Amino acid sequence: MVPAAQRAEGAPCDLVVVGCSWGGTRALATILEQLPEDAGTPLAVVQHRGPGVTDIALPQFLRRRCPIPVEEAEDKTPIEPGRVFLAPADYHLLVDGSCFALSTEEPVNHSRPSVDVLFETAADSYGPRLVAVVLTGANQDGAAGLRKVKEAGGRTIVQDPDEAERRAMPEAALHTGAVDEVLSLAGIAARLRSLIGRHGRGP
Amino acid sequence: MTRESLEDLEVNLLLEAVHGHYGYDFRQYVRASIKRRLWRRAWLEGVETISALQDRILHEPTCMDRLVVDLAVNVTSMFRDPGFYRAFRDKVIPMLRTYPFIRIWNAGCSSGEETYSLAIMLEEAGLYDRARIYATDINDNVLHRAREGLFPLDKMRDYTANYLQAGGVREFSSYYEADSTGARVRRSLGRNIVFAQHNLASDRSFNEFHAIVCRNVLIYFDRNLQDRVHDLFFDSLVTFGALALGEKESIRFTRHVAAYEELDPGQRLYRKVV
Repeated sequence: MVPAAQRAEGAPCDLVVVGCSWGGTRALATILEQLPEDAGTPLAVVQHRGPGVTDIALPQFLRRRCPIPVEEAEDKTPIEPGRVFLAPADYHLLVDGSCFALSTEEPVNHSRPSVDVLFETAADSYGPRLVAVVLTGANQDGAAGLRKVKEAGGRTIVQDPDEAERRAMPEAALHTGAVDEVLSLAGIAARLRSLIGRHGRGP
Repeated sequence: MTRESLEDLEVNLLLEAVHGHYGYDFRQYVRASIKRRLWRRAWLEGVETISALQDRILHEPTCMDRLVVDLAVNVTSMFRDPGFYRAFRDKVIPMLRTYPFIRIWNAGCSSGEETYSLAIMLEEAGLYDRARIYATDINDNVLHRAREGLFPLDKMRDYTANYLQAGGVREFSSYYEADSTGARVRRSLGRNIVFAQHNLASDRSFNEFHAIVCRNVLIYFDRNLQDRVHDLFFDSLVTFGALALGEKESIRFTRHVAAYEELDPGQRLYRKVV
């Protein structure tokens, strides 16, 4: 564990993980469309989706609106800077060193993909070089993972529940007491723009 | 020493101990996933550290049984991803038809849902009587369940929907008998299936096959072990034999990418071309 005091403010960020559920598609688009086409850092996103849906609608929707390249992660996809990787429907997305892994393990918090699974495994591989963001949603997924991110020295950001389409998920994250910043979507976009300028180094 | 590296050390020691004492080799499984499942098992056993979990696993074989269930993910269903079965029927069955006797390897068959689905496909194509399916898994307990062919009755509604989406032409209920214990697959459907224990991490090839179906198994392996298993599959396939992987798996990141051509762009169906 790296105590927060040891982590220099403005430490380089080599991966951003984002979790969202109900209302997440709109929130995601609002943030991602403000990120540059050539970001120096990769982003990994869990948006809860219905099981069994071969849902190509989400990546297509985001691709149309955002300059930054968006793709669904496949098994062993290398975590490369400047791209947004989405968890595929009905699989957990895990960070395993320098690449992603997928899993069909049982749902966590009734969800597959689960935000907690992404956050916890990302914290394990990236420690203080990780930024985690919890957005709108109507469940508790992401709170436990956010705590792990904080314990590993990473930076944690939560969407202002007053602004979120559903406030349960950001509120559950806030209740952990492990949140560095509460921001609006515009604020999150601005913060990420300043954080992801530097080139990612991998875990 | 930081806590992270101590934890990694404990995980390594536990996996070595499990391999040395029980012969199960999880050392090259995806570490991020193994760690999560070890911690979950530790929590369920009421122990505080991975070392304490190791102690219990070594001295209580029943704890090892529970761990094997945790580590060998067994989530499966009949006709999971109906689109895959449609593609298999359209692209692979016509190739299989050209052989006088057909051998299929269903690697990582778990409790048999996928195996019986394949048997149904072959039966409906009129090929089952000249086919044999070798269905293997690392875990003896799930193989026992697979041989029984007994599935929860409440799953049958989903399986029926999958079967219809996959283009099934008969009454799905004609393939099983329902009673108070569940839905039991008809004996005749298992007549050409051989269920056997096989460990992809350490065992060798045992035959030559016209198709290998291994879906959502390799995602639990690291790159090195995936390469080993792809060597095994490559060596076990006839030329023009078919390889079926899971929906989000790819041979793109393996060294055998040039040895296969895609049979269906949407599905992970490949054909060995060398």
